[in-house]
Amino acid sequence: MDREIVIETNKLTKKFGNFTAVNDITFEVDKGEIFGFLGANGAGKTTAIKMLIGISKPSSGEATIAGFDVYRETEKIKKSIGYMSQKFSLYEDLTIKENIILFGGIYGMNDFEIKTKCQDLLKKLHLQNDGDKLVNSLPLGWKQKLAFSTAIFHKPKIVFLDEPTGGVDPITRRQFWDMIYEAAHDGITIFVTTHYMDEAEYCDRVSIMVDGRIEALDSPEKLKEQFNAANMDEVFLMLARKAKRGD
Amino acid sequence: MKQFFTFIKKEFFHILRDKRSMLVLLGLPVVQLIIFGFAITTETRNCKIAVLDNSKDEATQNIITRIESSSYFDIDKTLTSNKQIETAFKTGRIKLAVVFQPNFQNDLSHNNKAQLQIITDASDPNQANTLSYYVSAIVMDYQKELNQNKNLPYTINSEIRMLYNPQLKGEYSSVPGVMGMILLLISAMMTSISIVREKEMGTMEVLLVSPLKPWIIIISKVIPYFIISLINVITILLISVLVFGIPIHGSIMLLSFVTILYIICALTLGILISTVTNSQQAAMIISLIGLMLPVVMLSGYAFPIANMPVILQVISNLIPAKWYIIMVKDVMIKGLGLFDIWKEMLIIIGMTTFFLLVSIKRFKIRL
Repeated sequence: MDREIVIETNKLTKKFGNFTAVNDITFEVDKGEIFGFLGANGAGKTTAIKMLIGISKPSSGEATIAGFDVYRETEKIKKSIGYMSQKFSLYEDLTIKENIILFGGIYGMNDFEIKTKCQDLLKKLHLQNDGDKLVNSLPLGWKQKLAFSTAIFHKPKIVFLDEPTGGVDPITRRQFWDMIYEAAHDGITIFVTTHYMDEAEYCDRVSIMVDGRIEALDSPEKLKEQFNAANMDEVFLMLARKAKRGD
Repeated sequence: MKQFFTFIKKEFFHILRDKRSMLVLLGLPVVQLIIFGFAITTETRNCKIAVLDNSKDEATQNIITRIESSSYFDIDKTLTSNKQIETAFKTGRIKLAVVFQPNFQNDLSHNNKAQLQIITDASDPNQANTLSYYVSAIVMDYQKELNQNKNLPYTINSEIRMLYNPQLKGEYSSVPGVMGMILLLISAMMTSISIVREKEMGTMEVLLVSPLKPWIIIISKVIPYFIISLINVITILLISVLVFGIPIHGSIMLLSFVTILYIICALTLGILISTVTNSQQAAMIISLIGLMLPVVMLSGYAFPIANMPVILQVISNLIPAKWYIIMVKDVMIKGLGLFDIWKEMLIIIGMTTFFLLVSIKRFKIRL
């Protein structure tokens, strides 16, 4: 199968004054891949993501997202990606349908497309009778699933998930990952950060950031082999202990 | 364009679903004005006054009876000498004194002319004005009746003296003041809160990652409050004209234009506040303490600027509401035109530009 690279960075760096938040990171992500982006708090994950999604200009280095340059083509990047942040990102005082229509509209989908896809989505989430309920009446797990569905509603090439499962119970997390697999199967590339190392095991490949650098990058199996560890947790701890900067 | 309207619709949902805010947004101006107007009407009824009758004849008795029988006045004191007038005012019990010159009836029937004096406590200029107007109206009434069957008319001269504040500065200050305050509060506070709420909830991040341009996000957040402010202006003006009978002497077009300028100024101020804070509470406190207090204290709405220490007079120049209130008074009450208020207009436009530039700069730094 031909490899199609959707994220490509080359020595991407972000400096704030004397502080180098992201230092020379270079990696590639293939289409349909589930790419885990790990690192302790303060390792530079969030800064790196901000550069990739086009809301922060890199200090140096290169990167293309879905084939678009992060310096010059941020508008096109924004149209080709979806994003879900660690904070819950739907409007609590709008209904489920209104939220979907809003984000569909923001991403420039037409009314017909929004309407039909909205029905399908509600059916898939078993929420077909709850479309007019306010989002704040849903339990957290449901909200997260809905937020993810909304983030990929406009069929982006890549979806960036910043700690999407924070505070969610294990069963819902498992269901959430089923949705991620399904999206990846449909050809959407998943770029995900997480604190849960069991989730790192679900990824096709994992990178681990320490002090602004990528210290390790491979499939979970190979990383465990390389570091002679029983699970990803041990791999992560081995690398994270080397960190000199704190939170 | 479709993006834009979808987004504005969402902002209206936010506002309409929050019943409590709706009530504050639309009810506050009405309540403010009504409370203010109510204060005026209760105080002018049964107001305590003093009478010094140096003549004690039929004509003066007649006038005094008419004053007493009106619902506006209670005669609290009957004075016997000019010296007592000042003391009576100093106790604060009376708001107005009527003084009849000696030989009132005599002057009236022989010279066709008589003198009386109306002295009011003008530390509350609005009230002083209203009260003295009532007394002169009663006297005029009496004079008309006397003149019904006469060829040579009688004239009773009522000489009005305003104590403490002879020029009556601050006249009609309530409506312009309430407008200056409400518009600033609603536009600046509500805009900043609604922008900061998105930051606090994390939805702002999602919006910034979306293809929506930042200025579209901001403008769509601002438009609903712009519309609500316009509704408030209309309510305030309707109440002031219909309930309080304050006339609009100048051009309504100009008044609206000036008001729109001021609303835009307040909105940009709200945007500026939203760029310096990340929590709704902070935005609210900044708006209340940083905007509301100075407007009430320093804009000339509650206290005359001329009476302030120099340093406060200088600071008062920085308050947009001050310039707006001046313009509203000029246009609405004095009936002045564009050429009389261009300076104030330029100041408001200048402030708006300044707020906008600083906000844009701060917004860019944040990213």
